[in-house]
Amino acid sequence: MGVLVYVENVEGKFKKSTFELISYGFALAQKLGSSVTALSIGEVGDEELQKLSQYGATKILSAKNDRLKTVNVQPFAAVIAEATKAEGSKVVVLSASFSGKAIAARVAVKLEAGLGENVVEIPDTSNGFIVKKGAYSGKAFALVQITSDIKVISVVANSFKVIENKVSGEINAFSPPLNDNDFKLTVKETIRATDKISLPDAELVVSAGRGMKGPEHWGMIEELAGILGAATACSKPVSDAGWRPHSEHVGQTGIAISPNLYVAIGISGAIQHLAGVSSSKVIVVVNKDAEAPFFKAADYGIVGDAFEVVPKLIEAAKKFKSGHN
Amino acid sequence: MKILVCISHVPDTTAKINFTPDNKEFISQGVTFIINPYDEIALARAIELTDGGKGTVTAINIGDASTEPTIRKALAIGATDAIRVNAAPRDGYFVAAQVAHIAKQNSYDIILCGRESSDHNSASVPSMIAEMLGVPAISSAKKLDVEGTNATLEREIEGGKEIVTTAFPFVAGASEGMAEPKIPNMRGIMSARTKPLIVAEPIEVKQLSNVVSYDKPASRSSVKLIAPEDAGKLWEMIREEKKVI
Ligand SMILES: Cc1cc2nc3c(=O)[nH]c(=O)nc-3n(C[C@H](O)[C@H](O)[C@H](O)COP(=O)(O)OP(=O)(O)OC[C@H]3O[C@@H](n4cnc5c(N)ncnc54)[C@H](O)[C@@H]3O)c2cc1C
Ligand SMILES: Nc1ncnc2c1ncn2[C@@H]1O[C@H](COP(=O)(O)O)[C@@H](O)[C@H]1O
Repeated sequence: MGVLVYVENVEGKFKKSTFELISYGFALAQKLGSSVTALSIGEVGDEELQKLSQYGATKILSAKNDRLKTVNVQPFAAVIAEATKAEGSKVVVLSASFSGKAIAARVAVKLEAGLGENVVEIPDTSNGFIVKKGAYSGKAFALVQITSDIKVISVVANSFKVIENKVSGEINAFSPPLNDNDFKLTVKETIRATDKISLPDAELVVSAGRGMKGPEHWGMIEELAGILGAATACSKPVSDAGWRPHSEHVGQTGIAISPNLYVAIGISGAIQHLAGVSSSKVIVVVNKDAEAPFFKAADYGIVGDAFEVVPKLIEAAKKFKSGHN
Repeated sequence: MKILVCISHVPDTTAKINFTPDNKEFISQGVTFIINPYDEIALARAIELTDGGKGTVTAINIGDASTEPTIRKALAIGATDAIRVNAAPRDGYFVAAQVAHIAKQNSYDIILCGRESSDHNSASVPSMIAEMLGVPAISSAKKLDVEGTNATLEREIEGGKEIVTTAFPFVAGASEGMAEPKIPNMRGIMSARTKPLIVAEPIEVKQLSNVVSYDKPASRSSVKLIAPEDAGKLWEMIREEKKVI
């Protein structure tokens, strides 16, 4: 029951979420009495690849090819399916990122494998193979039994901790044949806000809503996020009004996130908003209306005017950071 | 231009989600069903692209007879015709196989889905359809423009976006920004009654997974209120009590 973990790189580097995924794969492999093979596609150096062995990857496959320098879902799925066959792996683990989920779906079809998307825990293998995944937009979980021989799962960021499991990882080049038919999509331009923490896998998120009155007041939200090392997010009306980019919109029709800490400022807590954030581990709500529904879904609440409370939070965060770093 | 739009029939976004006492089934009594919000965006863009006699829009749903009002709504909004594959949508693989089967018989130029359904949240159906047909997919597209038989799309990626181009045929999952959802007008509602809605029987698909049960998130213990003047104590409090910072 070997576990194959596909590891994404961003410009040749692995993010913390990748080490999370290897740690997850290792925990799963231990339950299955097997080991982890990591598969990297793209230009990643040996030193970076070797880091994967610190978290439990005993074998590291590296597929490098001029045609595979940037993420391309179709050929990447083909490479992963080939590696699964070559390794005889029974479980394929990917991250539940935009591209991770798209690749997972294609790998599942190629291998006629059952797919578990947005998995939030280690599968229950006591009786078959049952995954727990998000459903009904954050309002429920579904326990799904995967009955096929090979299983493909995509794991939500922040649902598993990075755990050191040092093993001796051996790096092998992997170069399956590529199919021209898989290259019909051309990427013209990639625009990445590199100075920012990406929202879907952020551990800390500071989010604000219509209570901020206008885009000119986001300076304090960004300042607070900057001090905490958090990503910024917003409610739907805020991005609809163009105060913030759509990529920051969280909720049922936006991005679903599960950070360790979600700070909601001037957001009422409508059911569609909660759908995307309620699986955050700790929720702080700042709202001037004590009756705002968000307080019912919060761990900590401050009933007060954001324009008075946020500056205090900023000052305290500065002290907190200088005290604990 | 022939466009196929996949329409999923989902509980209204404000619906309370409840399950039977054995947690095996969703309780649909008393729940209003709607077109999945992202599918409404896909449908709106398909109608815009074919406007003025430039093509046809076929809406497809995999569902039992109870989904017909949702399909009729897609017709009222402006789809040319519709297909319902008469089967409960078991899982994403099953749905994709049905859509791919219909697509193979009709050669659509574009197959549009929503980025994800609000009930399964799998975000897998568009990519699976594309894989079954051997064509590219843009699983989360915020923009779609067509010129001749080529398309330019804006794809969502972590922390950014990508501009991609491809030729017909392809599959895309519509995300916010691709179009504004359309509201049916009176004429649309009247004409929807007589537009063709074909009911097709499903093909057999291997079962790869099944839902064992559902579970609801644990509710939070009651909120701890901090007076605004003590706001500065928040971070230390979180560090001590929750250890997440
Ligand atoms: C199909 C559908 C899908 C949707 N999807 C989403 C989604 O994905 N994400 C989403 O966010 N919404 C979504 N919505 C919208 C949702 O229903 C709410 O309208 C929205 O979340 C409200 O945003 P808000 O909290 O910023 O604004 P409001 O509801 O206007 O709340 C503003 C809050 O700020 C507080 N406030 C005002 N001034 C201050 C101040 N000075 N200091 C502190 N607090 C202050 C107010 O008390 C109020 O609670 C969706 C709606 C529909 C119908
Ligand atoms: N039963 C269904 N019938 C038609 N289309 C569907 C169905 N289920 C999902 N889809 C389409 O696939 C998209 C993604 O769904 P999902 O993979 O379940 O998140 C939806 O937005 C729809 O466009």
